[in-house]
Amino acid sequence: MTDTKTQVVYERPESLTDTHTHYCPGCTHGIAHRLVAEVLDEMNLRESTIGVAPVGCSVFAYNYFNMDFVEAAHGRAPAMATGIKRVSPENTVFTYQGDGDLASIGMAEIMHAAARGENITVIFINNAIYGMTGGQMAPTTLPGMKTTSSPYGRDVELAGFPIKMAEILSVMEGSGYIVRRSLHDAKNIRKAKKAIRLGFETQERGLGFSMVELLSSCPTNWGITPQEALGFVADKMVPVYPLGDYKVNAELETIKV
Amino acid sequence: MTKELLKGNEAFAEAAIRAGVEGFFGYPITPSTEFLEHMARRMPQLGRAFVQAESEVAAINMVYGAACTGKRVMTASSSPGLSLMMEGISYIAGTEVPAVIVNVMRGGPGLGNIAPSQGDYYQMVKGGGHGDYFPIVLAPASVQEAIDSIAMAFDLAEKYLSIVHVIVDGNMGQMMEPAELPPMREIPTESPPWAVTGAKDRDPNILTSIYIDPVEEEVTDLRLLKRWKEVEKNEVRYEEYALEDAEMAIVAFGTSARVASSSIRDAREEGIKVGLLRPITLAPYPEKRLDEISEQVERILVIEMNSGMMLDDVRRVVQGRVPIEFYGRMGGITPLPDEILDEIRRVDTNKTEVKGDPREAWMARLEKNIMGEDK
Amino acid sequence: MKETSIIISGFGGQGTLFAGQVLAYTALDNDLEVTWIPSYGPEMRGGTAHCTVILSEERIGSPIVGNPDIVLALNLPSVDKYESLITSGGMLIANSSLFNREIEREDITSLLIPANKIAEEIGMARLANMIMVGAMVKLNPILTMEMVKAGLEEHIPKRHRKTLPGNFEAMEKGFAFAEEAMG
Repeated sequence: MTDTKTQVVYERPESLTDTHTHYCPGCTHGIAHRLVAEVLDEMNLRESTIGVAPVGCSVFAYNYFNMDFVEAAHGRAPAMATGIKRVSPENTVFTYQGDGDLASIGMAEIMHAAARGENITVIFINNAIYGMTGGQMAPTTLPGMKTTSSPYGRDVELAGFPIKMAEILSVMEGSGYIVRRSLHDAKNIRKAKKAIRLGFETQERGLGFSMVELLSSCPTNWGITPQEALGFVADKMVPVYPLGDYKVNAELETIKV
Repeated sequence: MTKELLKGNEAFAEAAIRAGVEGFFGYPITPSTEFLEHMARRMPQLGRAFVQAESEVAAINMVYGAACTGKRVMTASSSPGLSLMMEGISYIAGTEVPAVIVNVMRGGPGLGNIAPSQGDYYQMVKGGGHGDYFPIVLAPASVQEAIDSIAMAFDLAEKYLSIVHVIVDGNMGQMMEPAELPPMREIPTESPPWAVTGAKDRDPNILTSIYIDPVEEEVTDLRLLKRWKEVEKNEVRYEEYALEDAEMAIVAFGTSARVASSSIRDAREEGIKVGLLRPITLAPYPEKRLDEISEQVERILVIEMNSGMMLDDVRRVVQGRVPIEFYGRMGGITPLPDEILDEIRRVDTNKTEVKGDPREAWMARLEKNIMGEDK
Repeated sequence: MKETSIIISGFGGQGTLFAGQVLAYTALDNDLEVTWIPSYGPEMRGGTAHCTVILSEERIGSPIVGNPDIVLALNLPSVDKYESLITSGGMLIANSSLFNREIEREDITSLLIPANKIAEEIGMARLANMIMVGAMVKLNPILTMEMVKAGLEEHIPKRHRKTLPGNFEAMEKGFAFAEEAMG
């Protein structure tokens, strides 16, 4: 007989609690949570971090993250994070927001937080739909896409065009790191994690506002299987929302993660 | 310390600084803007946080976030700004974190004007935001009292984990009066145990106003109500003037009460036995004292710079035991001492019974007066 | 002294609010109760501007009055507005450089003073306000010239300190004019 050694190759990050989430099967929120948690663990920031939860599907994010958390009004997370960071600059502060929260009702708050160069990190989940309220049109809904409030497909003549937040926020002088990634396959998830890491590095280095936009799936409200939903992200969303780095402060380019 | 001649808004802002405010978040609006301007000058000097927000909505949510850290934080605005802040105010109340909000009231509704008003009584005193919560409302009537109220507001907010509104009208924000500022309070180094500061060597603190299970929300609302009952028991404040032998009591707050006190002095010289009850806390309302006074006097005259909002509270307490009359000016008009003196004389000689809503008779008189003024 | 109410009124930019503050500071220095309240808002930026100053030995109730005891009117609209409102036995000091009409009230002390003309004569066109104040302290010495000078010296902002001699001279000119006019 040979000696057997056990080695831990995979465990729950300390920054996540041991709780079943309420997210639907196939939803990518779980992946996004885990990536944020892993990054906070790796950077040893859990004990100094304050998270700001949004209104939307991730309203209960504070139940899943093992750290101090507050719960914002719909769209106001960047304002709340501003208040926290300004009186407690020693803490790491991040918001976790969906597309209705960030790009619709909270448009003013996100734009001005970026313009002021608030030293906070924003994790932006773009799944092109309102999830929690049951699948209504979001500002990010694709042209022609059917939702419960655009039952004939989003008619851009009447309901306007998708809002591209990474592009918009990248032109704000206060922003230090603005990128778009996707969570539809393993390769992209790895890239997303690097981006989240750089987002928090931006904050730790005082380089200004950082936002990582994550293209995400919503099989339940899109009315397709989880597998099909990932395909929808790759085939339909990525062409409208091109992945890439929209603004990277030069100081970040020297960091190896 | 000696008295200085201080301008309302600046004095209130400096009072907050002396009380240890560590974050101010606001948006310019007349007639409260000097408050924000003073903070813009002073907070950076002291290494404290100042943000001119993009809107009152953002400002109150910055206050909300900062309040969650357990530090003393505040905003100041004027009526339309308060309407925008109501969302955040309700969230702050629901999360049970302390915050101080100063409202330098102006004429409305709508865009209204920038003249002094007390038209936000309902909005401030009865809550204004959604859901079951009870803000504490202080209504000082002089620059000195406002300075003292702001320091007290932080103490009350922290003691009861509550919103505290300090409400004055545009007159108070703009006027200069001799007053004395308190010494600078030392900023505490320890955070309260509920604050979000980073979960180091303890379980995470989660501050939220969401209780998805109605039972939990009911438990929370009951907790807020019980806390409010404590506030009602402990924190009622009011001032009296010439009430000892009064046969007529005026009930008025803020600037209306000041103006009325001038009129009462003149009425007393004419032999009219009239005195003043001036609530300093509009919430909790000085119900017990008003109850006693309504046993003593023969008539009550309520004076306000609105359409008779506090009047409803007076009627609720007095319960028809003595006739109540009302005199109000609206839309940003401050009543003059002679106007109120005329009202005192009228009420003093009017022996007819007042039936129903006291506003009815007042509306008719006011309409006549306004038409007269137009001529 | 029961209570004295003073309204200083004129166009925005004539220094009415400043003149009122000088009186208020002086009152404070002399242990009087005082309130100063301005008209505020858009009208401060070019339209009419007025302030009400109340001096008293007792706690002051209303900071505003319908019938002032003393009015310093720096322009015609102010004369038109306040002449009828001044308490009987009160006082109107009006800047006759900017209008040409008689004062009708006979139950008040009135003084027409060409404040702009005098100010220009001493080369300080912007000090018509202090010329009016100088006339006031002559006619109603609740605050004396010495008190007001001391008040001004004590409270004038540093950046304006160099204007102190000019302010003093303006007040003296106003005082002298009132002295001569009233005999």
